[in-house]
Amino acid sequence: MDMYRELILDHYQNRRNWGLVEDPDIDYEEDNPLCGDHLHLTVRLDDARRVVAVGWEGEGCAISQASASMLGEAMVGKTLDELKHFSKDDILEMLGIPISPVRLKCALLSLKILKAGAYGLTGWPGEEDE
Amino acid sequence: MTSVETLLNVEAIRQDFPVLHQEVKPGVPLVYLDNAASSQKPTQVIEAVSEFYRKHYANVHRGIHKLSEESTEAYEGARAKTATFINAASRREIVFTRNATESVNLVAQAWGRANLMPGDVIVLTEMEHHANIVPWQLIAKERGAEVRYVPVTDDGLLDLSGLDTLLSGPVKMVAATHMSNVLGTVNALEGLVQAAHDVGALVFVDGAQSVSHKPVDVQALDADFLAFSGHKMCGPSGIGVLYGKRELLEAMPPFLAGGDMIKRVTLEGAEWNDVPWKFEAGTPAIAQAVGLGAAVDYLTRVGMDRIYAYEQVLLGYALERLEEVPGGAGAWARPVQEGRGGGLHAGGMHPHDIAELLNDRGVAVRAGHHCAMPLHQRFNLVATTRASFYLYNTREEVDRLIEALYYAKSVFAF
Repeated sequence: MDMYRELILDHYQNRRNWGLVEDPDIDYEEDNPLCGDHLHLTVRLDDARRVVAVGWEGEGCAISQASASMLGEAMVGKTLDELKHFSKDDILEMLGIPISPVRLKCALLSLKILKAGAYGLTGWPGEEDE
Repeated sequence: MTSVETLLNVEAIRQDFPVLHQEVKPGVPLVYLDNAASSQKPTQVIEAVSEFYRKHYANVHRGIHKLSEESTEAYEGARAKTATFINAASRREIVFTRNATESVNLVAQAWGRANLMPGDVIVLTEMEHHANIVPWQLIAKERGAEVRYVPVTDDGLLDLSGLDTLLSGPVKMVAATHMSNVLGTVNALEGLVQAAHDVGALVFVDGAQSVSHKPVDVQALDADFLAFSGHKMCGPSGIGVLYGKRELLEAMPPFLAGGDMIKRVTLEGAEWNDVPWKFEAGTPAIAQAVGLGAAVDYLTRVGMDRIYAYEQVLLGYALERLEEVPGGAGAWARPVQEGRGGGLHAGGMHPHDIAELLNDRGVAVRAGHHCAMPLHQRFNLVATTRASFYLYNTREEVDRLIEALYYAKSVFAF
């Protein structure tokens, strides 16, 4: 039950920033074929390269969807450089629950898509700790 | 319930499986329903492996000393027991591998390289585990062969209505599962085997799920090859079986090369050992084979016909109880024909979430695609939650599963 505390269920049931934004500056989607989770991220930036709008679409387990919803909220207003510094620990802190090694991939799918979408990065510091 | 209790003395059986008697956390006893992934081991198997290491272990087939002779006798004895278990005509038809997956690869590679020509056809089914798809896809690509698939009906059965078309042309191999690891469907393969043989094709049966749960007679089935794993039938992991008709095994070139699979080696080449040893390169999984022999003894003593009958009753009860769970039977249980497993899938809840919440209540199930992505695509699903039973599961454990599902639904009540 620890993994399904109210905040996570709230984000899962009422996912924030859901629905893709128009004319996105970042547009990236990826599957986790093992679980069937799917996330599509769109982000629009202003002239100062600051995030003005985030739009997610996708489906998956409560952990992957809540993590995307929480990360999306945290992204709004950040600069591209600040986006780059989102880490695994930030996600785990937002979720605020112990994540078993098996579910780490669910929790980090949104971060992986942000990193890949914004920077074409296939890995980031800390990922290998998985 | 009286009739069920006369089928199997489940309480006595449970005493043989030490791992079942534990709590996943204080006050929450384990309910192990992930048997299609792997089974638990009885004391008889655990002790047989320990005793073998304590008293008899050495390498097989080579040493002229007491331990090597005892070890060889135990290893070859396990082969003989395994042959009897599936009614093979000879122990020489039993090849020890690492697992059912390796058994498929062995035939796909060794038989395929020698026998498949460009344009030849391999027929599989949409119901297969990846282990009975990918090895055939690989060899088909290498040899320029074509792969066709028997479709699956909405009820989860093989659709054999188009079999004549599927079996037309140079069909050389038909590979099909005996029991689906997702649907639980038991395929009555006799018709398929006959039809395949009529067009001159061989038949490879994936018995990974069937051999552990029902009596299997390879001669009655007339299968040319049958693959299964020790770990799903109360035996150790790391030991698997390939049954093959002797003349077919003899005609096949080796799979892996090395020690024990040769008679004579010169700098120019080698002469292969007799079957089955031709296919057992290197030091085999000796203690694991001995453990498999003990598992065969155990299952034989309980009786495979009784195990199957008991599991049918248990499955019937589980499907009946699943109907009660809010959301409707359609949302929770896909009815299965004669099978023992049910793929649960519930609208609005992801299988990973269901499995995690069931685990909270001590109930171990499997969530995911169960290495059968094409089958899930067939039913427009990405993943399912699977509860699968074995001889040591009880009606009370089914009740625990149902209670846990109610709990999961309550967490996600929205």
